[in-house]
Amino acid sequence: MTQADPPHIVELKDVDKRYGDGPLILDRVGFSAERGDFITLIGPSGCGKSTILKLISGLSPISAGRIVVDGVGPSGALEKLAFVFQEPTLLPWLTVSRNVELPLRLHGTGGAERSEVARKSLALVGLADRADYYPRQLSGGQKMRVSIARALSVSPRILLLDEPFGALDEMTRDHLNEELLGIRQQLAWTAFFVTHSVAEAVFLSNRILVMSANPGRVHTELRVDLPYPRTEDTRQSPAYQRLVAEGSKLLRSVERLKP
Amino acid sequence: MSAPATRARLPRIVRRLLPLATGVAVILVWYAVCLGMSSEQRFLLPAPHEVARALVDKGPALWGAALNTGEGALLGFAAAVALSFVMALLLSLSPLVRASLYPYLMILQMTPIIVMAPILILWVGPGLKSVTIITFLICFFPMVVNTTQGLISTDRNLVDFFRMCRASKRQEIFLLRVPAALPYFFTGLRIAGTLAPIGAIVGDFYAGNSAGGQGGLGFLTIIYSSQFQMAALFATAAVSCLLGFVFVAGVIALSWLSLHKWHDSFSQADL
Repeated sequence: MTQADPPHIVELKDVDKRYGDGPLILDRVGFSAERGDFITLIGPSGCGKSTILKLISGLSPISAGRIVVDGVGPSGALEKLAFVFQEPTLLPWLTVSRNVELPLRLHGTGGAERSEVARKSLALVGLADRADYYPRQLSGGQKMRVSIARALSVSPRILLLDEPFGALDEMTRDHLNEELLGIRQQLAWTAFFVTHSVAEAVFLSNRILVMSANPGRVHTELRVDLPYPRTEDTRQSPAYQRLVAEGSKLLRSVERLKP
Repeated sequence: MSAPATRARLPRIVRRLLPLATGVAVILVWYAVCLGMSSEQRFLLPAPHEVARALVDKGPALWGAALNTGEGALLGFAAAVALSFVMALLLSLSPLVRASLYPYLMILQMTPIIVMAPILILWVGPGLKSVTIITFLICFFPMVVNTTQGLISTDRNLVDFFRMCRASKRQEIFLLRVPAALPYFFTGLRIAGTLAPIGAIVGDFYAGNSAGGQGGLGFLTIIYSSQFQMAALFATAAVSCLLGFVFVAGVIALSWLSLHKWHDSFSQADL
């Protein structure tokens, strides 16, 4: 990059959110992310963690405050962002590779370049040999991998992941967590991740924002100073287990705040 | 066969032969009824072999009539599919469009075709045109209803995903909503496919025209019934039934071609 990058890739300042005349969902939320941060939002249901991802992505407008994404507003930054939803949200009538290249197709990228990108993205998630399968022929974990490959196809600088592994069994989830960090090692994006699992949050992120609900606020930030790359061994380390215990305690304390 | 054995899955060959056995039984009963009838009643129920002979004797007339009816059915069906698709796209655009057009579609559907047929014949004259329009009217409604339902039932998450990718409205309709509506579309097509030959025969019954060899199966029905040609009437029924099967088979083949690779309704085929 020739020009000086702004210090923060994503910055939220006093962000409020309400839907129509409804109650306040987010109350003066503010935090900023540096390039390469892996930030996990955790908190009780209804604390607005998924809403924050929607605001950053520009899918939903803010009610008050300011969001700056890579120097511009969220809607201007769309092409630098990719979203991974709770569900794989694949198109069942398209093959795996056609699904992966779909965002590029929607942007009008040519066919040859598209299939090359799809091939590379699928290789990253270890599904190169499933390119011509249809989604229904895949397992839940594989579908989620395709969904991640699809997000990676646009070479995003920011990846928003909304509980992507929530529906998977623990083994698959642990595996995919390791893979996700492995891919991040190669393509340094900044990640915002929403989960209910403290263990997952500690394993993946360098920063955990613990939120409280009604209305949603950032309660505390927990720094995770475990070194990357993290592996299965990380989960056995006392430091990791201490952080998970601390995270769980924090989560319980904010749940008690509920009216 | 012992009781537990019958409860277990029957061998494939037996399951294949069962319908055939039923057919043989029906024919035997049919003959028995024929033999039991008095000579004055005999003409009411021709024996199976008499029907078969009528099928051969009236073969050219039946074949020509089936082609005429088939033509009307296909034209009306195709027109209904094409126009219902356009109409469904319109209806799916907004709840407002749906609210303003739906009552009139209902009115069209609720008016019995038997009442509309004479009006149509006076407007466009008897023959293929009337038959096509009557078939169209019968097929149109189920197609519109099902396709519209499909177009507005797109998975909310997929729509969000398309918006995230900044897809145009056009891309959203043709790359997402239309393919997602295909299973619904084919449900409508299956209903319309069964109705099309029936519609064409009903239409032909009212609007058929033998002048210039334009008569179809409905028209033949009128002729044979006025002449008390019972065996020929049975033969006409058999041919009409066959025409229906051809249509349904065509629709099933089409839906298999476009859905079997990805849709769960065909997942058994993979196992």
